[in-house]
Amino acid sequence: MSNFFDRSGKIHYGAPTVPESKIRETAGKSGEPDDGAFTAGLFPEGVAMYSASDLRKNLRIKMEDEPYVITEFNFTKPGKGQALYRCKLKNMISGAQFERTFRSVDVFEPADLQEKKMQFLYEQEGKYCFMDNETYEQILLTEDQVGDGKNYLIENIEVEVLLFEDRPLGVSLPNFVDLVVTKAEPWARGDSVSGNTKPVTVQTGYVLQVPPFIEEGEKIRIDTRTGEYLTRVKD
Amino acid sequence: MHDPWPLAKKRRALELRARILAELRRFFADRDYLEIETPCLIPAPAPEFHIDTFPCAGWFLQPSPELCMKRLLAAGYDRIFQICRCFRQKERGDRHLPEFTMLEWYRREADYRDLMAECEELLVQVAGALGRGDLVTYQGVRIEIGAPWERMTVGEAFDRFAPLPVAAALAGDCFEEILAVHVEPRLGRRRPTFLYDYPLPLASLARVKRGDPAVAERFELYIAGMELANAFTELADEGEQRRRFAREEEARRRAGKPPYPVPENFLAALPALGTAAGIALGVDRLVMILADAPHIDAVTAFTPETL
Repeated sequence: MSNFFDRSGKIHYGAPTVPESKIRETAGKSGEPDDGAFTAGLFPEGVAMYSASDLRKNLRIKMEDEPYVITEFNFTKPGKGQALYRCKLKNMISGAQFERTFRSVDVFEPADLQEKKMQFLYEQEGKYCFMDNETYEQILLTEDQVGDGKNYLIENIEVEVLLFEDRPLGVSLPNFVDLVVTKAEPWARGDSVSGNTKPVTVQTGYVLQVPPFIEEGEKIRIDTRTGEYLTRVKD
Repeated sequence: MHDPWPLAKKRRALELRARILAELRRFFADRDYLEIETPCLIPAPAPEFHIDTFPCAGWFLQPSPELCMKRLLAAGYDRIFQICRCFRQKERGDRHLPEFTMLEWYRREADYRDLMAECEELLVQVAGALGRGDLVTYQGVRIEIGAPWERMTVGEAFDRFAPLPVAAALAGDCFEEILAVHVEPRLGRRRPTFLYDYPLPLASLARVKRGDPAVAERFELYIAGMELANAFTELADEGEQRRRFAREEEARRRAGKPPYPVPENFLAALPALGTAAGIALGVDRLVMILADAPHIDAVTAFTPETL
């Protein structure tokens, strides 16, 4: 649980996600918190805001200048009191998870996230270079940002790079990629007992379990969501 | 495209719901309660800051049938009950629907302790009629429903489960957060729990407790951490009720909520109310408990999202 104390010593569970002055500007004309009519007012800079009743699973919001995704969401209204929105949030940069409880007067800035189609060019000393297909602009991602994606990044593969205010957060790959097997033990034909799979290495260096009949130089299809072998691909 | 499955798969829950409704009616008929119906569309709801009504054709959809039922009570209908639809804006979650089914019953010459006892008898009879005996399992929690149930004041519950006492929670404006996070999940886990004697500011239509003016004679029923019913000894003091309504209404208007007229006909009836108590029980949640359903959607045929 993530309560904290403010300067007056009051316990808060929900944190205002934008400065107080901005909350007032967005929350009704009288300057009072508007629990009722306000749903998506305009932020001074023209950004549409979320109110607590807009919160739902998978919504992405910005708090303290970092993007968060809501991984769990629950509405509750204990004892005829005020509505509470109990959320689990995940920081999309650090991956840190925590719980926080919001009230209906809380307002949220949407996280400005973009997915851009980019082409993978090369990897050098743990940096992965991608190129924007439209502008030819190149960006570098770290191994952490690429995550498991590094197992499937072959030259010129097209991926979606997730950007938060122009900072790359990660890549999403096509669900299926076809990769060439670069190292495999030969198939011992008599061997039908050893679990019916064997490890092979593909061109990215990724090692996975495949059926024993797969041989060096063959192309196989891999599901990037599970990292598992799907089928043999004939060119 | 027509897909019958989402509705068809609810058949068992809907059949159980129908049996529960029938058993509720039988319970009250056996005890000489009169079933009554009051209008859904009303001109002047009770002003409550944390309940948003749906405005409708210049009037409002009722957030509860409370005011009309108390007028009947004051007119000499000594034992009445109603099962009806209630409407509350923006209340949607695993246990909330903006339109839901409420059971309310009211008794003259009774106080909130009498209703606790009647609540126990009601659930024992309904569960018995459904062949459940005295043990109900909800989401893996086994609950003995034979009387007597656990009774705990709000103050005791905060002392036992919360990181700070109830007075500090109220002063720090975090009563609901502490209640929801620390207290509610611990209630009604082996037996149902009556949480009672609420701080006075949290009970706008309840009578002040005799001998303890800091609390109101109000209780809530919890089963497996879920709030099921809210009850109190009715405030019958017209002047005091008028002052409380005025305070709530002022706060509502300051927050830009649609203004309510003063419910004059209700206030005028109060002096004739005498000693009376009333209770509101969420029927959908009772069905959730008896159907062992984690989500309210499973026990209603339709939700706003599927219309």
